[in-house]
Amino acid sequence: MLKKSTVILMVVLMVLGLFAGCQAPAAPEATEPVTTEEAMVTEPEAPAAEPITIDFMNFSANEGGLLTLGLMKDLFEKDNPNIKINIETFGWDTYGTQLQTRIGGGDAPDCFELGLDAFPSYVDQSAILPLDEMTAATTTDLSMLTEKSVQAFSLNGVKYGMPYSYSTVVLIYNKDLFDQAGVSYPTADWTWADADAAALKIKALGEDYYGLIQPISTYEFFKVVKQYNGGLLNDDNTAFTVNRAENVEALQRLVDNVQVTNICPSTEQRGSLDEWGMFKLGKTGMIVTGIWAFPSFTTDCAFNWDIAVEPGAVTKATHYFANGLAISADSENAEAAYKWIEFLATSEQVAQLRIQLGWELPCATYQTAMDQYAKLTPPANRQAVFDSLDYVVPVPQIAQFSQMGDILGAELEAAANGTKTPQQALDDAQAALEAAITLG
Amino acid sequence: MRKNRNNHTLTASAFLAPSMVGFLLIAAIPFALSFGISFTSWSGIKGLALFSPSFWQENFIGFENYAKILKSKEFWVSLLHVAQYMVLYIPLMLVSSLGIAMLLNKPRKGTAFFRLLFYIPVLTSWVAGAIIWKWVLDPQYGILNDILLRVGIEGPAWLQDPKWAMFGIVLASVWKDMGFYGLIFLGGLKNINPIYYEAAHLDGAGRFQSFLKITLPMLTPMVFFVLIISLINSFMLFPQVMIMTNAGPAGATQVIVERIYKYGFSYYKMGYASALSWLLFLIVFLFTYLQQKLQKKWVNYDA
Repeated sequence: MLKKSTVILMVVLMVLGLFAGCQAPAAPEATEPVTTEEAMVTEPEAPAAEPITIDFMNFSANEGGLLTLGLMKDLFEKDNPNIKINIETFGWDTYGTQLQTRIGGGDAPDCFELGLDAFPSYVDQSAILPLDEMTAATTTDLSMLTEKSVQAFSLNGVKYGMPYSYSTVVLIYNKDLFDQAGVSYPTADWTWADADAAALKIKALGEDYYGLIQPISTYEFFKVVKQYNGGLLNDDNTAFTVNRAENVEALQRLVDNVQVTNICPSTEQRGSLDEWGMFKLGKTGMIVTGIWAFPSFTTDCAFNWDIAVEPGAVTKATHYFANGLAISADSENAEAAYKWIEFLATSEQVAQLRIQLGWELPCATYQTAMDQYAKLTPPANRQAVFDSLDYVVPVPQIAQFSQMGDILGAELEAAANGTKTPQQALDDAQAALEAAITLG
Repeated sequence: MRKNRNNHTLTASAFLAPSMVGFLLIAAIPFALSFGISFTSWSGIKGLALFSPSFWQENFIGFENYAKILKSKEFWVSLLHVAQYMVLYIPLMLVSSLGIAMLLNKPRKGTAFFRLLFYIPVLTSWVAGAIIWKWVLDPQYGILNDILLRVGIEGPAWLQDPKWAMFGIVLASVWKDMGFYGLIFLGGLKNINPIYYEAAHLDGAGRFQSFLKITLPMLTPMVFFVLIISLINSFMLFPQVMIMTNAGPAGATQVIVERIYKYGFSYYKMGYASALSWLLFLIVFLFTYLQQKLQKKWVNYDA
């Protein structure tokens, strides 16, 4: 029989052991917050006894960018000895959950990366700080950030995020298949009629050949409807307009390409292969996808490929996706955090590092960096990445975009697989969206 | 005597303490908090301050979340999908795991190896398992459709076809779980006294009759246990759906836990997600209670 004292000791030890495992890291001792003047004007600062530590959470460094981000951190800390950056990187799949849990649990990182689609939700919940005052106080030149990219992270005229990196969606095509089918390569002035005609000829090359991969999903559809002068929301984002005639026309073409001409493979024909996997097989003429596919296609495609600006319909519209940097509303070191995110967004060294290591494009438009980017091949026509910027339409800026995407996505799938007509699917989507989401 | 009992309680507490602390921190406290959150419009992307009056002033919405859920078509459709899953999964799983247990019960060469083989899927992570099943069920290159084609059947598009997607998920789930339930049945089979079979044999009973009149009745406590566990697990259907279909195609595999996850972590409606969780808890509780009540009619505990 165990002695009472031994038992009590065991209980205490076990419980302590448990807590030891999940103890929070020791918080840095409280220091005087850096005032705006100190942070902005005195550069480089004299090292203080206890530097401020800024927690920075991000996802985009996860895919091969960790070392580059580390170099950026070193550059920043060298110029700002009073600020230490604690980088926390998570994969895209878990990033949203991690960030939300940290914020919900009262342990928000000082600053973090946000995708353009999640950003309005954080503004809606006042979870991130407006940056206008801090921007006004800075002496840094911000002119290299284009108006469009700054606008993308502003809501109702207030700036909430520093534009960090961006991508566009382009038309990527298999040059070898175009040669085999005797079709001329796509150009920037192509419409979908040209693309669909070329796709038909490529499909005719063989039984399991396809002309075009164009996803029938919310992320694709929000932009395609713009090419038909349609739109998923009214101008001031206060009402859904999902089933308007222009949208139905846009969806009809997408569905016909699968169901009627079958120039696009159906999900059944693709099976467990994703869109990229299908294109990489070398039997599909074109794919509409993001420029983030370049590294993967360069490695895996055993054929020649190039890009063009995405074709349009009545007008042109392209997909612009950006990641921005925001400061948590709960941060106690907002000024220091601002210095860091401003550095990431505007530094020429950062822009060059990103391009050298083939990371996403920086929003800062330094000519040297852009020239460096344009020289990389494939694709030979890398200029189309920049040309696409002339037609960009951002994702709808509403707090419930994620839910909207799922509801609409399910109806688009129903249209794509033929269980509903495009009109029916969009009518049902309109009704479901109105029932589930209150806008305004 | 009394001192002795106290000592026993203390010793038991010592061993239970670590898991109790874990249970309190990881399960009981969040469980209680989620009840409070379910009456709020809290998004999950602002700090949670349940003990601050201003938090409640800002976020308290009474039973609005519950009312909204019960009125939404989506909730009932998700429940219907869970029911479809159960109707397919539970009988298939019962038959296959009982079959495995019967096969492994007889001492044959290599029984230990096969016992391990059937148990491997239980230990496999759902991520790996679901990815393998996505390949198996591929309409073009999948092994299942290839086998079906060899016997003259053109297989469906499984996960890409709204009519077949749930069945595809059921197949993967049965593969994953049958080893575990098989082991429970095997334990039950080993406990049946062989004397019953000998007596039945002497009385001229065949194998099938012995199975029906001895094996099945003696296994009812296991069947009951397996039914409860698999029913609860069916309501918790989640990882395989997220990985294999992400609730698609066209929402055909949308289920309750997937909805809870999406509302909480993708749509930033943590209050709504918490209310959904509590409704799910009530449903599971009700079903378990009913099963517990009904068991008297068919479960036989006389070994």
